[in-house]
Amino acid sequence: MTTASREDLHMTRPITRRALLAAVPAAGLAGLTLASCSADGDSTDGAPDGPVELRMTVWSANDGHHAIFNQIADAYIEANPDKVSAVSFEALTDGYVDALTTQIAGNEAPDMAWAMESFAAQFVAAGVFTNLTPTFEAADGYEYDDLIPGAIGLWSSDDGLHGYPFSNSPFGIYVNNDLLAAAGQPDPRDLIASGDWTWDTLMELSAATAASQGVAGFQPPADAATAWNDALAPMWLSWGASAWSEDGSTATFTSAEMVEFFTWYHDQVYGKLAIIAPGEEYDFATGQIATRMSQLSASTGLAEAGFAWDFLPLPEGPAGTVPVVGQGGVGVLTQGPNPVIAADFLAFFTNPDNSRLLAQFFPPPRTSLLNLETLAAAAPALTQTQLQGTIIDQASAAVTKPGNPKMSEISDPVRIALDALWTADADVEAALGAANDAAQALLGA
Amino acid sequence: MSTQASRLPGGGTHRRPAPGGGTSKRLARIDAAIGMAFVAPVLIGAIVLGLVPFGYVVWYALHDWQPLTGQFTWVGSENFTRLLTDGDVWGSLLTTFKFAALLMVLNVTLAMGLAILLNQKLPGTATFRTFFFSPVIVSTVAWVLIWNFLVAKNGGINGVLAMLGITGPNWLRDASLALPTVVVIQVFKGVGMNMILFLAALQNVPAELKEAARIDGARATRVFRSITLPLMTPTILLVTMLTMVGAMDVFAPIQILTEGGPGRSTTVISYLLYRTAFVQQDFGYASAIGVLLFFVMLGLAVLQWSTRKRWVHDEV
Repeated sequence: MTTASREDLHMTRPITRRALLAAVPAAGLAGLTLASCSADGDSTDGAPDGPVELRMTVWSANDGHHAIFNQIADAYIEANPDKVSAVSFEALTDGYVDALTTQIAGNEAPDMAWAMESFAAQFVAAGVFTNLTPTFEAADGYEYDDLIPGAIGLWSSDDGLHGYPFSNSPFGIYVNNDLLAAAGQPDPRDLIASGDWTWDTLMELSAATAASQGVAGFQPPADAATAWNDALAPMWLSWGASAWSEDGSTATFTSAEMVEFFTWYHDQVYGKLAIIAPGEEYDFATGQIATRMSQLSASTGLAEAGFAWDFLPLPEGPAGTVPVVGQGGVGVLTQGPNPVIAADFLAFFTNPDNSRLLAQFFPPPRTSLLNLETLAAAAPALTQTQLQGTIIDQASAAVTKPGNPKMSEISDPVRIALDALWTADADVEAALGAANDAAQALLGA
Repeated sequence: MSTQASRLPGGGTHRRPAPGGGTSKRLARIDAAIGMAFVAPVLIGAIVLGLVPFGYVVWYALHDWQPLTGQFTWVGSENFTRLLTDGDVWGSLLTTFKFAALLMVLNVTLAMGLAILLNQKLPGTATFRTFFFSPVIVSTVAWVLIWNFLVAKNGGINGVLAMLGITGPNWLRDASLALPTVVVIQVFKGVGMNMILFLAALQNVPAELKEAARIDGARATRVFRSITLPLMTPTILLVTMLTMVGAMDVFAPIQILTEGGPGRSTTVISYLLYRTAFVQQDFGYASAIGVLLFFVMLGLAVLQWSTRKRWVHDEV
């Protein structure tokens, strides 16, 4: 750089510095103004001046679902124009919990939110959802006692109900009857009739079908390597196993029942080749899998399947037959802008009449609605035998897929520890020991 | 009257009145103001969208923040102290460096090789160029989902290997293979852009310089090493910086393909930050990881920039 050019730069430097000094606070002020724009929302004192707009985040973009949601909302607005002027249902289908958390963190908490059962215990314990019992019990015609106790247990605390499990969907076993027949395997309905419908016989016919037909055997409800609780908890309940104590504060991955279950499961994956291994990709609806564990909603995609299939109750395990339901619930957020009015809306949204409407898609947690007439609409692809045997008979006695008040904290450390399981020569007890240590370090904290 | 010299674009000088002259001072101010007006949008954008949020992140890092419960408690430097002893963070940082180094070497080498091939006047180069550039314009999520099926244990790649009598590995479930597999998928996604940048740089090398070297007896490899490569170093600097920044904040391929596993073998620091914030709901500590990531990236950028004079042509 020449002297002359350096001096040219020097000539402009005082002006540049001044401009920068002016620009920085101006931009900072602009940023703060932008940031404050999101923080000055509605009043949170529960006493708005006029009708409010409610917002519910939902884990569905299904047009049919939204049509029913809006139908119920319109009826509520018509009956309560002084309370609510509009209700919006915001679909957050990808990374639902991430998106919901981001909204809450950004002071944009919705009034109501859909939550999966795996987060129910955490949401209830952490006070994310308000207590709905006083509002529900005070609502005309709500029939609070009609709610199935087993269905609402996970959403309740000592002081009452904090979330309403509007979707109460039992797990069952889908089987590809054509593949089983081609493999010369027995009809599972015959096994049920003879009392031989066990997890072991299910695995035997799955492995035999896989070997002879060049397809996959059994598919768990989720990827065991990345979603261990979703994939395995509905199964290990049949072993009488649990990953934690009843109050959720002590890890029990190393209990005899858990060791027995995981040893069995590992052998079925890598020894018997009955279960799809982590890292493999197959699809039941296109005929690539012999048997699959899933919920009622999976039947929707099978209406046009080019093969004969069946939907059966869960088999018997060492601890007997344990029916399990997966749930979707909705609650009113404590941090939401209108918790009082939102609870009133939710009492309307989930009353017996509207639960019957919602039952077109979601099996309700109400005893009075667990009947063939209601559920036939929810799952038109299922026969009456399947609905009665796999849904109605199971749902009323089912336990909910377990969750823990610290589910989000233990989820990753346990997943990482259990990763050691997913090789053929894995030391099952060592992996469970590591998982137990990882979970206990957080549960006991 | 004193005068001051300034350099003209052609290298000559002209004389103009010294500072203090009213007109020239005013013109210089107008000149600077116009310059600032052009710079202002970017400057304001960088401050509002960069510095202000970064200030917030530092503020959050000084708190225990659990959004679901509304807890926001001042903890001072506790999160940063925790960083120092957290083996998961330093392990993730090491994984990030491995990922970045592997990505940089493979991407730059392959892009350079492809650019040299495309620079030859051979038939079919347009098709070849389109083939390698098209992944650049494909959505990252779509690209990764397709590869997820290809590298599955029973996927397309192992299917081809099976036809050759080879039992393919479980690419994404083998702790020693998962990270290289993700890197290769990332390389194929981005190599087309770097290939085009290198191709442009290759075609900007003056033909007369190469011709002069040949007349002096230099072979093709010597021409490339002594003429072509030095003149491409500014582009190599650009490509390595862009690739490094891309490697440090990689997210979608990890989330879709491995979720950081098996074990922690593919948990890069940006992914650990995400899991800490959005899965474990520990926003305060995640913010501290974010501050660490910022300074690591800043350090690497400064290192690259400060060493450029040693190897980048025309940097004095």
